[in-house]
Amino acid sequence: MAEGRVTGVGRTDAEPPRTRWSSRRRGSLPGFGLSLGFTLLYLSLIVLIPLAGLVWKSASLSGAELVKAVLSPRALAAYRLSFGAAAIAAAVNVVFGLILAWVLTRYRFPGRQILDALVDLPFALPTAVAGIALTTIYSENGWLGRFLEPHGIKVAFAPPGVVVAMIFVGLPFVVRTVQPVLLDLDAHMEEAAATMGASRLYTLRTVILPAVMPAASTGFALAYARAVGEYGSVVFISGNMPMKTEIVPLLIITKLEQFDYAGATAIALVMLLASFALLFVINVLQTRIKR
Amino acid sequence: MKDPAWLRWSLIGLAVAFLGLFVAMPVISVFVEAFRNGAGAYFDAIKEPDTIAAIKLTLLTAGISVPLNVVFGIAASWLIAKYRFPGKSMLLTLIDLPFSVSPVISGLIFVLLLGARGIFGPFLEAHDWHVIFAPAGIILATTFITFPFVAREVLPIMQELGSDEEEQALTLGARGWQILFRVTLPKVRWGILYGVILCNARAMGEFGAVSVVSGHIRGQTNTIPLQVEIMYNEYNFSGAFAVASILTILALVTLVARKIIELRIRTHKA
Amino acid sequence: MRLGKLTSIVFGALFGVASLAGAAHAQVKLLNVSYDPTRELYTDVNKAFAQQWQQKTGQTVTINQSHGGSGKQARSVIDGLEADVVTLGLAYDIDAIAEKSGRLPKDWQKRLPDNSTPYTSTIVFVVRKGNPKGIKDWDDLVKPGVGVILPNPKTSGGARWAYLAAWGYALQKNGGDQAKAKDYVTRLYKNVPVLDSGARGSTTTFAQRGVGQVLVSWENEAYLLVNELGKDKFEIVNPSVSILAEPPVAVVDHNVDKHGTRAAAEAYLKFLYSSEGQTIAAKNHYRPRDTSVAGGLAFPKIKLFTIDQVFGGWQKAQATHFADGGVFDQIYQPGS
Repeated sequence: MAEGRVTGVGRTDAEPPRTRWSSRRRGSLPGFGLSLGFTLLYLSLIVLIPLAGLVWKSASLSGAELVKAVLSPRALAAYRLSFGAAAIAAAVNVVFGLILAWVLTRYRFPGRQILDALVDLPFALPTAVAGIALTTIYSENGWLGRFLEPHGIKVAFAPPGVVVAMIFVGLPFVVRTVQPVLLDLDAHMEEAAATMGASRLYTLRTVILPAVMPAASTGFALAYARAVGEYGSVVFISGNMPMKTEIVPLLIITKLEQFDYAGATAIALVMLLASFALLFVINVLQTRIKR
Repeated sequence: MKDPAWLRWSLIGLAVAFLGLFVAMPVISVFVEAFRNGAGAYFDAIKEPDTIAAIKLTLLTAGISVPLNVVFGIAASWLIAKYRFPGKSMLLTLIDLPFSVSPVISGLIFVLLLGARGIFGPFLEAHDWHVIFAPAGIILATTFITFPFVAREVLPIMQELGSDEEEQALTLGARGWQILFRVTLPKVRWGILYGVILCNARAMGEFGAVSVVSGHIRGQTNTIPLQVEIMYNEYNFSGAFAVASILTILALVTLVARKIIELRIRTHKA
Repeated sequence: MRLGKLTSIVFGALFGVASLAGAAHAQVKLLNVSYDPTRELYTDVNKAFAQQWQQKTGQTVTINQSHGGSGKQARSVIDGLEADVVTLGLAYDIDAIAEKSGRLPKDWQKRLPDNSTPYTSTIVFVVRKGNPKGIKDWDDLVKPGVGVILPNPKTSGGARWAYLAAWGYALQKNGGDQAKAKDYVTRLYKNVPVLDSGARGSTTTFAQRGVGQVLVSWENEAYLLVNELGKDKFEIVNPSVSILAEPPVAVVDHNVDKHGTRAAAEAYLKFLYSSEGQTIAAKNHYRPRDTSVAGGLAFPKIKLFTIDQVFGGWQKAQATHFADGGVFDQIYQPGS
């Protein structure tokens, strides 16, 4: 098991090794029917049928109503915020994720294991706890907020607060996808380049970065997907002003509470499709890495 | 060939600063705020009946969702790792789906399906089965949210370790279940353990989805994260952070456990 | 087929276990689905009522509470949250339950005295001690640099009352000119930095997070805030005119008949009108209908108008202002 990696989607091209015991059909081991049946049943009950319900409910809207709900100015502003802030947060996570991964795999220093363990905290900490903690820190009278506000830097209840919360939730993704790649990276290649007179920077550009880029892209996509849909950590710090600091999940809930079920499900569907697309991209990127 | 010391230390410094700002500070603030009114208030908040009820419901929820997802995770990993069949990558995408769906939407879909005006609403009502706004709904939503965790951890290991031992056992006359329990599961036990830990942490800490399906009935349908929100909304800020600290401690324990597992694996391999 | 049966047994067992988790041992259980600011009120009411019911009938009654934004709670009841009674922030939300789920009759409001509203409240301002911005009345809220904290009218009952109070004030000031009233309310919301989904969230934002200079809130919330979080930190400013906010209560017929709790539920609501109930309301800073009880008159005299007088009732107000595309949405159009 690679050190500290967050698992991505399992490899699709790995097959059981052919020995003289494997049969021509699916594989020789018993239990295909049972495991397939159970997997599909559980998947359907817990995932597919509920999601189908969402599609079914949105279908009750006429085309024009659907468009109006999904493309209203308020919804567009919410998409801009959710998708835009997530992009910024994921980008920040790529930069610092690369630094973190590098530092954790290449250097030895006291406290390294603690640092490594801390990276996973956003994964383990409940979102609501993160939400109120971040709000406490960045609001006007908060630990950091009291220094930032007088300089006109508003974090809590403004878009930067949303970005901060999204950085938090996406933090582990880049680090954990890049770490295994850096570990696997053949140190010999770098040494060879060095003995041939290449500068460190050159080695960085031509050897290390290209090797790491696919993993970093996957990490970006994962962090992005997580940040876009995040509710608990963002909703406390975001301010929830329509057209300004309202994230898409909150818009969905607000519509629900106004009894506008159809509108809520329409927007939820948009987010779902975006998630699908992102997942697809992630899958493609990961297959690329395996090659 | 090593990087120059100045570079090393500046990068390490940057990394530490980044983690310190975004990870360590929120965690520390939870404990500082929790103890702001002293240790007495801290334990009072935790001993409150509503908090105890929330802890019980959280444990019940995790106690059902996690084992269910473990069984599923093993079944799905076995299926995908050991056989060839068309549609594998579609299946994998579907398994991963809850991971990228917003928690709010996760809650919403269950309300749409099982609420009074939902597709199965009348059916449930006729049998007087309380799902939404009752513990069962919370368990369902939590199971959905944490669905992929175990599968994602176990599958890559199963794939990496291959099926040689299993096929040898087959030739020696072992039956399916024996192969599973005696050969495969021991091989992937660390993956299962890690998956369980992650699944559990997420199950106990889920907020968005549970908030939508819960009904917020005090002492009955509030989990620990919802209880945190309630106390926060009653001006009991240190109390809210006190209850939040329970889950924070759990999160820290999760991290430590993971580290230990990881170091164990490395010594096993070495 | 066998797999299907197995599945239903498993699920049945799971539901069974799960519902056991919620089972209590008391003889009668009521669920009171309420709006945000009534947490403290119903803690007191429930204790007193349980005692009285025990003495009268020998039965133990347990009352479970759920709190949240009024609109949000109504939505939950429509979706199946089995409330025995609803005690929400405005009549429109209970109307919505009646209309969309049919669980109580459409003329529910006539069944109890005073429009089914045992206590009333109004909308006032809370400012920081010393009133640094010199807030005296509604006009001061639209001055530049004044941060006003209000919840979201789409989800919070208190926010809708506040919006209508502001509108009503502007109408009065401008001799009934709707356009000028809209202009005032638009400028008001420009000064709002955070929209929480419920009254309690707004109070927290103002009091704990230190955001904004003036909180526009339910009167009872204002008093609760000042008493709980420090008379030395906040003070209440009463505007010249405000709205009479009537948070109604109702029994949810379909649910009480299903649970067999009608007698207890109706007695519970009647209790709110009794002198003991009215005293508890006054103690929690709600204006009791019966002003002869202790503390019944300890409320500042503010000129109050009703929603019927100025807006023609909730149905009209909701349709005009708070529905999709209504005035509140228009205020938030880009470029405004």
